[in-house]
Amino acid sequence: MVTTDESLPARPGEVTRAAVQPVSRPSPQRAAPLPWLKPGLILGSLVPLASIILRAFQGSLGANPIAEIINELGLVALIFLVAGLACTPARWLFGWAWPVRIRRELGLLAFSYAVLHFLVYVVLDQGVDLGTIVEDIAQRPFITVGFLALVLLVPLALTSTSGSVRRLGFKRWTLLHKLSYVAGVLAVIHFIWRVKIDLSQPLVYGSILGALLLIRVAFWLRKRSETPAAAVGGRRKA
Amino acid sequence: MSTLPPEPPSSEITPESVYLGRREFLKNGALAVGTAALVGSGLMLLVGQKPPPDVPDSPPIAAVNPPAAQPAANPSGALLPAVAATGPFTTDEPLTSFESVSTYNNFYEFGLDKDSPARQAGTLLTRPWTITVEGEVAKPQTIDIDTLLGWFPPEERIYRMRCVEAWSMVIPWLGFPLGDLIKRLEPTSNAKFVELVTLNDPKQMPGLKRPVLEWPYVEGLRMDEAMHPLTILATGLYGKVLPNQNGAPLRLVVPWKYGFKNVKSIVTIRFTAVQPKTTWALAASNEYGFYANVNPEVSHPRWSQATERRIGDLGRRKTLPFNGYAEQVADLYAGMDPKTLY
Repeated sequence: MVTTDESLPARPGEVTRAAVQPVSRPSPQRAAPLPWLKPGLILGSLVPLASIILRAFQGSLGANPIAEIINELGLVALIFLVAGLACTPARWLFGWAWPVRIRRELGLLAFSYAVLHFLVYVVLDQGVDLGTIVEDIAQRPFITVGFLALVLLVPLALTSTSGSVRRLGFKRWTLLHKLSYVAGVLAVIHFIWRVKIDLSQPLVYGSILGALLLIRVAFWLRKRSETPAAAVGGRRKA
Repeated sequence: MSTLPPEPPSSEITPESVYLGRREFLKNGALAVGTAALVGSGLMLLVGQKPPPDVPDSPPIAAVNPPAAQPAANPSGALLPAVAATGPFTTDEPLTSFESVSTYNNFYEFGLDKDSPARQAGTLLTRPWTITVEGEVAKPQTIDIDTLLGWFPPEERIYRMRCVEAWSMVIPWLGFPLGDLIKRLEPTSNAKFVELVTLNDPKQMPGLKRPVLEWPYVEGLRMDEAMHPLTILATGLYGKVLPNQNGAPLRLVVPWKYGFKNVKSIVTIRFTAVQPKTTWALAASNEYGFYANVNPEVSHPRWSQATERRIGDLGRRKTLPFNGYAEQVADLYAGMDPKTLY
């Protein structure tokens, strides 16, 4: 049975609590464990952006550079979104704590790349032609769902701080952040509807997302079946 | 008496915590850089970055009016003077670079990425090459490509090419009117359509191993569309033999239709009484119809066809009805609902 505290999703507050624990090394100012993880992630996350900028200056983005930039930014956003959604299941399945420590960063990176993806579409692709953009969002289903996914990520990015968790309360915050799954599903639909004929790549990300969702459902069902007496019984008495 | 240098004052001794901290800092720095390298290369792998393909170089084609002194080594993209095209058969719009025309291709028989055909089409053998003529025709036959090319001297046609994916190019083709060939092949009066089929050889075309479309690639035209003087079979571009990825040795060019109508590397010409079952219409008939006339009014179900990006341009431009060839071809469709002609 994996119903120990370890198997539960980490509350963002707990991470900082762990950080205060004394470390064996005589370095009292030592911060969270794996202090290299976040800087490394963020540095590495800049590589696709740097590569795009570099190739733009070299003129080696191919014959249709704007389409290439939009596609690459969108794909990186989806990769980060799926990676962020994999953190909690990774903890449940393998007992890994480190992915949860970078979950917030993964989510914010997904949001940042999604914003860049949208901005390049608005500015470079459409030349800020607001009429066409509004028409695109309203009439082209693949753009509608993509835009919706981005909109859903906005409140999540805004409430990504530990302070927001305290203000909203952990339960409400967790509920709100379940929207990341909706955004992930919409992003995959956006990808599926966009490609002309070859669905292999969007389906890879769709399958990973589906598997992650199934793991969550499985754990949720197990948790419910293990504590039904308390929940249902309590309600009956009341 | 001591020869040793004086000990540094204790105030200069690095505290142990700082000393260990520095080591820790270096270790963490190295781990962070390692993580960054892992994350960065992982992302680049998933996004699929490859260096751009080499620009191919094809031998020049002797056009109708070959230049007196033709340089032996024809520089990439150099334009040979051919028969001076006039009227709708040319345009003074800036040409799309040879590099773009020959490295940004949809030719799924050589892979699905735009640059895959330029990378992979080297395996296509364009000689020996024969074209089978069959169906509603007086004399079914198989013609050697060089025999066929000998019948019709290449003319230059500078056409706009509008892809259904909302990008476009201006390409200086070399070729001859399909109508001239059809007249020579003598289809019977039953022939209402002409069907053109691409080579279907998985040994030469690695993309055929993936069933993304129904192979072989089939496209077709109504007989009057096929006979229209704008419709050509191209054998070259930019004054040179067609690069393999552009559909060597023989491909269709119908400038008022979306690019997917322009079937490449043709091996069969079949005259039929009924409308051919064309590849993209079989794949998604609501998105890619048989007619596929360029029409800014009829959106693709998933994207607008109102504008296009001319390859090489930053902004978008308005798409013209029939890709700007309405004056020449609109009367072919008199009485038909243009909404059904996508």
